[in-house]
Amino acid sequence: MADGTRDEGDRTEPPDNEAALSARLKRLGERLDQTSRPSETVSRQTRDTSAFARGFRLSSEMVGGVLVGAGLGWLLDRWLGTSPWGLIVFLLLGFAAGILNVMRAAGVAPDRNLKD
Amino acid sequence: MDPIHQFQIVNLFPIAKIGNHEIFFTNSALMMLIAVTALTAFLVIGTAGARPVPGRLQSAAELSYEFVATMLRSTGGSEGMRFFPFVFTIFMFVLLLNMFGIIPYAFTVTSHIIITAVLALTVFFTVLVYGLIRHGFHFFNLFVPKGVPIYILPMIVAIEILSFISRPISHSVRLFANMLAGHIALKVFAGFIILLGTGLGALGWATGVLPFAMIVALFALETLVAFLQAYVFAILTCIYLNDAIHPGH
Repeated sequence: MADGTRDEGDRTEPPDNEAALSARLKRLGERLDQTSRPSETVSRQTRDTSAFARGFRLSSEMVGGVLVGAGLGWLLDRWLGTSPWGLIVFLLLGFAAGILNVMRAAGVAPDRNLKD
Repeated sequence: MDPIHQFQIVNLFPIAKIGNHEIFFTNSALMMLIAVTALTAFLVIGTAGARPVPGRLQSAAELSYEFVATMLRSTGGSEGMRFFPFVFTIFMFVLLLNMFGIIPYAFTVTSHIIITAVLALTVFFTVLVYGLIRHGFHFFNLFVPKGVPIYILPMIVAIEILSFISRPISHSVRLFANMLAGHIALKVFAGFIILLGTGLGALGWATGVLPFAMIVALFALETLVAFLQAYVFAILTCIYLNDAIHPGH
């Protein structure tokens, strides 16, 4: 974690004190918020500035996923002659990828870049 | 009156001939040339004779540098700075094209998907090629999230790969659709004034104030959108490039 010094500071406090405990819990919550935010600050800045832009962003993410899935499935069917299974399977996968894109763009799902 | 007319490509004069294809210098190419010239002039003049206490132009040039540099550092860390020329070029190019597009009678280059798609694909292949050269096979860790049970891993990997491939689509469509929709909305509201005026005479011209007020508001919004979309395009470029620098932590 970024601030190791505060960890030690916390440990010296008497843990049996109820008020101190809730204060520590609150600080932990704040710190968790901070660490889980870095990738989200980006999307938070870019979104919200106008709902119009945000709507476009999310819909293009969704449509992109579905289109790529359908396109790939169709191509595979043409090359391998597996029609219609490639289209069916990849359309569904593309739909899932679209949902994943939207959730990432909206900051609901953790970005894969998040340090773990 | 036709709101789509403004996006028409006009051939200005032929510049080359490849096979049976005449290559024309179009109004789109003209706007790009103007944007690149303006950008080059802005930076060259702005940084010529740089002083410790910057003048107005130098200050603006430094601001644009700082803006992109901060954006890159916050997403890709200090290593991301090696892509600074790339990201800075993309950001300023898109920003100027968007901004010049708002000027009446100017052509909006970024309202054509071929332009935004080429830009997005450039970013996509940069990520792919640089990631593969830099990390080799480890680059594919990008598609394998940690802590996923083995029995659903193949499906997750397929979804991640599709999600990766779909990036240039959403990347390009977002910029294109925003510019297109905004400019069409402006034209449609402008058309209302003409319709009211020719249809209702003096009363129509008087009530035309209402759509005109809307146009003024839309112009302000479009200016915001022009900047915002250039920013979004650049920051997504940064995020994608970050994947090439640090794939799968």
